[in-house]
Amino acid sequence: MDTVPMKRRQFLRGAAIAAGGALLTTRLSFAGGGGDARLIVVIMRGAVDGLAAVPPYGDADYARLRGGLAIAAPGSPDGALPLNHLFGLHPQLAFLHESFAAGELTVFHAVATPYRDRSHFDGQDVLESGVPVPHGSQTGWLNRALAASPTAGPGRERGVALGSNVPLMMRGPAEVTSWSPTKLAELDDDTLQRIADLYAHDPMLGQRLGAAQTANAMAGDESQGMMAGGAGVNRYDEVIRATSGFLANDAGPRVAVFDTTGWDTHANEGGARGQLATRFGALDGALRTLKTQLGPTWRNTAVLAVTEFGRTAAVNGTGGSDHGTATAAFLLGGAVQGGRVISDWPGLSAARLYQQRDVAPTLDMRALLKGALVDHMGIAATAMDTVFPDSNNVKPLRDLFRA
Amino acid sequence: MRDSQAAAIATNRFGLGARPGEIAASSEDPRGWLEVQLKGAPPVISDPALESTATMVATIDKVRAQNRLLRAGNPPAAERANAAGANQAVVDAVVKLGEIYRPAYVGEVTARLRLAAATNRPFLERITQFWSNHFAVSVDKAIVLGVAGSYEREAIRPNVLGSFSNLLLAVERHPAMLLYLDNFRSVGPDSMLAGRTLERAGKSLGINENLAREIMELHTLGVNGGYTQADVTAFAKVITGWSIGASGRGLNGGGDPGEFFFRTNIHEPGAQTILGRRYAQGGENQGASVLLDLARNPATAQHIATQLSRHFIADDPPPAVVGRLARVFTRTEGDLTQVYRALIAEEAAWSEPLTKFKTPNDYVISAWRALDLPIDDARKVPPIFTNLGQRVWSPNSPAGWPDRSADWDGASGLMQRLRWADQVGQRIGASVNAVQLAPQILGATLGDQTRVALGRAASAAQAVTLLLASPEFMRR
Repeated sequence: MDTVPMKRRQFLRGAAIAAGGALLTTRLSFAGGGGDARLIVVIMRGAVDGLAAVPPYGDADYARLRGGLAIAAPGSPDGALPLNHLFGLHPQLAFLHESFAAGELTVFHAVATPYRDRSHFDGQDVLESGVPVPHGSQTGWLNRALAASPTAGPGRERGVALGSNVPLMMRGPAEVTSWSPTKLAELDDDTLQRIADLYAHDPMLGQRLGAAQTANAMAGDESQGMMAGGAGVNRYDEVIRATSGFLANDAGPRVAVFDTTGWDTHANEGGARGQLATRFGALDGALRTLKTQLGPTWRNTAVLAVTEFGRTAAVNGTGGSDHGTATAAFLLGGAVQGGRVISDWPGLSAARLYQQRDVAPTLDMRALLKGALVDHMGIAATAMDTVFPDSNNVKPLRDLFRA
Repeated sequence: MRDSQAAAIATNRFGLGARPGEIAASSEDPRGWLEVQLKGAPPVISDPALESTATMVATIDKVRAQNRLLRAGNPPAAERANAAGANQAVVDAVVKLGEIYRPAYVGEVTARLRLAAATNRPFLERITQFWSNHFAVSVDKAIVLGVAGSYEREAIRPNVLGSFSNLLLAVERHPAMLLYLDNFRSVGPDSMLAGRTLERAGKSLGINENLAREIMELHTLGVNGGYTQADVTAFAKVITGWSIGASGRGLNGGGDPGEFFFRTNIHEPGAQTILGRRYAQGGENQGASVLLDLARNPATAQHIATQLSRHFIADDPPPAVVGRLARVFTRTEGDLTQVYRALIAEEAAWSEPLTKFKTPNDYVISAWRALDLPIDDARKVPPIFTNLGQRVWSPNSPAGWPDRSADWDGASGLMQRLRWADQVGQRIGASVNAVQLAPQILGATLGDQTRVALGRAASAAQAVTLLLASPEFMRR
């Protein structure tokens, strides 16, 4: 594995950030067992083009294969933001690039789940269920991990899904809630109480209503603020602010998941500018807001941004790319031992492509997911058998986080 | 003998929720009440304000061309930023496409809701919406905002009672689908045009396999239907040339603007082999031949039978039911009316508990039917579906909206429903007697808890809110 050494974080800067007493305590208890660790999973639905997000500009075959989609080498106009001699970031991912330099971002490339076909829906199912075959489970790996978490107290929702509904990744035995911004007025207490009574004999509806009320109380101020804020600067602003509200609350959930869509770029994908570039810019801006909003909690936070699979190495006939196999993934946050690209890069020559068309997978997505759960969230390595069934041969990727 | 339990199932599970009087009317013969809805041509939405897809696409074509002319010499970046270099007269004259799409979308969503709320063939409307979602397009792509409604009216509605192959052909040739899944510009690598362009510019033109893959995976065979990547690629080549007419030049011209148009010059020449069968070159008909075979494939029968029984009966329908429906599908060569008849003849359709959580779409429509809600301002209709988490014609993917309870029963989704229910109660509650209405809407499924709660409500408005919030009204 070609692990590019991280740029050493400057000791002084680290000490300055950790100077506050409360922060120091947080860090100590964090190191003690993951109780304060926060995890956010961003599901990028539609198969993100890893060769656009993290262009391997140093690969001899890259520019030829990609044609009009190719991102130029660093230093050229609209060029990639440099990571190392081989890889760069898409020019719209400026915050991620700053985070890399600050040692808070690890980039993975040529990564894939165990799924090897090209259906979005089966691919997302495998990504979310944590089971190697599609439709192998009605519960998700993140929820099963929460259920195995040593620090989650009973009677509290351990995770929150930002959106009307709970994605498969977050469904399962651990109680979770969901929250979405609303433009509708709240019900009065009396009506709400009567509905709760009506649901007293309906466990499912009763649980959902209770969870929604807790989430509302917690999101309270943040959501009001953003409603008043009005002008949607960024399509993700509302969920990002709410996510921060939940995770920065000591009594709140430790884990959040939210969806992003629009990554299925079959036509007019664009290169340094264009459709996909705009999406990258929005996501990058959202993650920057997340860091700001989380404040001191950022220190204990890890953000995993993952997608179901990648796209074809070559540009297709309509200025886009079709469904592929391996792609890039990101691990971002104050808790991350970053500044590294972790990739056993397979190369893009015809002989090295998977089925002569896709980036070949060389890193199992579950290795980094397991690494995050074990080393960041403090979940026992032995629990990984239930979190990711049939994956004994996939060892957690260690040392992804600061000691 | 009247069967009020079966009538509640007929109106809720197979219909769109009862209108007052409907349960009484159907309780004589609930199955017959459903059967009769399958007779006669499907209703047409005849609103003169709604445009055809062809008109819309042709209009957009024309406006784009005008905008291009206006913009010549006016840098688009400056225009966007409204900065120096932008000619204000040009900025003002350029027509924003969204201003054309949005009113069309509002009109279509409202017309669809009016029909669903009033129809006396609600089973047929459910079937129509099922197919519209099976062959989903999404307004996530801007131009689809302008044509999603006309697509449903043109490709889906007229074809839901005929043969599956006719429905399939109508859908895959429809401009909305060719736009949504990118096929209209997919170019055969050895086609006439690709050859010429390659020589001229050293530029590569080629296929886009999006539509071919989704036809196999989502529309016909199903993801485990036995096709390979090679089949997808070959099929994508077969349907190169399936495109849309336009009024300009080159790839932007030819055919009738906005109508299906076969572009011979981008069609991949030669025979192709798909699922072991060789398809000789037949131009446009090569693709139609493949579609007809896909419609007849046993995997398609199994896939459609599974989807239909999941939609109407239960998240995990009994395999025996799926098997029987698939056999009817195969035996009748995809005669959809026969398949629906077989569906309502299934014992499980009448015995499975009513546990499916309504989608937001079905929830809103059922409230409209129960309460005969007014529509004062059409622009306020689409946001209702958006607020409840299911903006009309906007699934995140070509798979359409998911169809299991767990996909819809999230905490915040429920809360949004309750907030909207409360808004409805406050708006029209004073003129409704929910206590009398409840048995007409819920029939034999109305439970004692709800009956008592309605009777004790603090106001008529609150009673309406509680009726819409009740567990019985949330499910079907």
